[in-house]
Amino acid sequence: MSSAPQWKNPVIRWVDERLPVFTYIDHEYNQFPVPKNLNYFWNFGALAMIVLVTMVVTGIVLAMQYTPHVDYAFGSVERIMRDVNYGWLIRYIHMNGGSMFFIIVYIHIFRGLYYGSYKSPRELLWMLGVVILLLMMATAFLGYVLPWGQMSFWGATVITNLFSALPIIGEPIVTWLWGGFAVDNATLNRFFSLHYLMPFVLFAVVGLHVVALHVTGSNNPTGIEIKGPQDSVPFNPYFTAKDSVGLGVFLIFFAYFVFFAPNFFGEVDNYIEANPMQTPPHIVPEWYFLPFYAMLRAITFDVFFIPAKLLGVMVMGASIMILFIVPWLDTSKVRSARYRPVYKWLFWVLVIDCFVLGYVGAKPPEGVLVLMGQLGTAYYFLHFLVIMPIVGKLETPLPLPASISEAVSGGSANSSPSGMEKP
Amino acid sequence: MSEATQSPESTEDDVGRRDFLVLATAAVGAVGAASFVWPLVDSMNPSAEVLALSKIEVDLGPIEEGQSITVVWQGKPVFIRRRTKVEISAAVKDDGADLRQKEKDADRTQKPEWLVMIGICTHLGCIPLGQKAVETKGEYGGWFCPCHGSHYDTSGRIRKGPAPLNLEVPKYKFLDDKSIRIG
Repeated sequence: MSSAPQWKNPVIRWVDERLPVFTYIDHEYNQFPVPKNLNYFWNFGALAMIVLVTMVVTGIVLAMQYTPHVDYAFGSVERIMRDVNYGWLIRYIHMNGGSMFFIIVYIHIFRGLYYGSYKSPRELLWMLGVVILLLMMATAFLGYVLPWGQMSFWGATVITNLFSALPIIGEPIVTWLWGGFAVDNATLNRFFSLHYLMPFVLFAVVGLHVVALHVTGSNNPTGIEIKGPQDSVPFNPYFTAKDSVGLGVFLIFFAYFVFFAPNFFGEVDNYIEANPMQTPPHIVPEWYFLPFYAMLRAITFDVFFIPAKLLGVMVMGASIMILFIVPWLDTSKVRSARYRPVYKWLFWVLVIDCFVLGYVGAKPPEGVLVLMGQLGTAYYFLHFLVIMPIVGKLETPLPLPASISEAVSGGSANSSPSGMEKP
Repeated sequence: MSEATQSPESTEDDVGRRDFLVLATAAVGAVGAASFVWPLVDSMNPSAEVLALSKIEVDLGPIEEGQSITVVWQGKPVFIRRRTKVEISAAVKDDGADLRQKEKDADRTQKPEWLVMIGICTHLGCIPLGQKAVETKGEYGGWFCPCHGSHYDTSGRIRKGPAPLNLEVPKYKFLDDKSIRIG
């Protein structure tokens, strides 16, 4: 893009000649060309990064006060809430931060689905994103067990038992995961260890995700590539500023929950200490798992030789795995749903379907809700396996603008003499 | 490697020998790494002190007909029910019913009066309701798992819902008329 900067400061220059970190940062975060038409939905990647850092920082401090033992875990969390200086604040940030992370990442994913950000050449970028989602789910699940409340314990029991659905190796795997014959102290200890490890794995994959992003560049609302300097602006200050606005709004949202509704996303049962002899009348996972939980429970029937339990686990697994092949399921030549008159609506049907599944997942599996869960699950897979390939072939897309510039300013692609310069 | 194979002195024989050495080295390395990984993996299996708690003895004396107790064995709840005549005959009558996992009531008990089984739903490990008189017992009068709606009959057999198997009967032995050893 532009030439390497000339560092004036001799120390910076000395370091940069030997390890070009400053040149790298300048290149990737200062001059990096970004489509000039990005809307606020493009804030969510940066926001996710900020939440990840927040979670790691608060988590490290919490770990200094937490005791991973079945007899002390619940008490140590209550001690954090009552006795540790600002413990309540740090824990509420960490606890709600988990929910914020998923809100941001789900919006980020649906942004990608709407604007076709997964299409060539960004397939690997998208797939790394799915890996990040899986790691986040694992991290969140492990972390939720640590306070050792009733939902912690029974959530851990139900989810680890998913592996028992596997034929033959299922039971030994579950025993191995537990380190015993039930969720117990050995389980809590290893979950703590892994919960501390996972964010660093997450950081590594996020790093790859960002590197992949900086190779292909950002997609944009039109879904057409940058065709010249008139289509882009430098990342700094244009998107550092735009991201800052988004960050401000997000922090207000986050702070509202931390200070005024800290238990809004939680389950009251998790303030009852874990009791291995008593299952709560109604086990619900955290809200971000509800659609997947609904799909797990939707399968109440055997198919051929596959028992319902194994099939439910397979369906739930497939609901995420299917995201890996989305770049090849979508046959449309046009990226952005803005120019896809039919798919645009079907996208919103998928969004509604996910909310319906979320609702079903939160309720006991009774009566009409069972059928709703089954229809919702069927539609979810129908969207990816049938609608995506077929609509892409049949639909006539709207005419695409000649360039980003034309779409934004209405002029011809080459009307503006040059791109926006750094002020 | 590539330079070496291109050098004029190297013959086909040399290449074959070199490939063999590379493969052999890699194989030895892989076996070495795997043998180091196994202790790490196995360390996560139940430890000796967990395994040591593998047997318990239970006094059945205080249990009246129609009563159930729950005891802890290996960290898991074990349901012990002294069944009523009505429950036994219902269980025996359903031996011929359309069962998901075919098991006769007689094969699930040592004495028809005493039903001993692990109180963990075979679906995803919740503890079914039905041990206390006030709890719902499901459509078949046995146990009902509130998590995902599995119904078990008076023999602990799965009759309806997502669970694939009957409630598991642990290994146990009557020490005398009024006490058993589980494990």
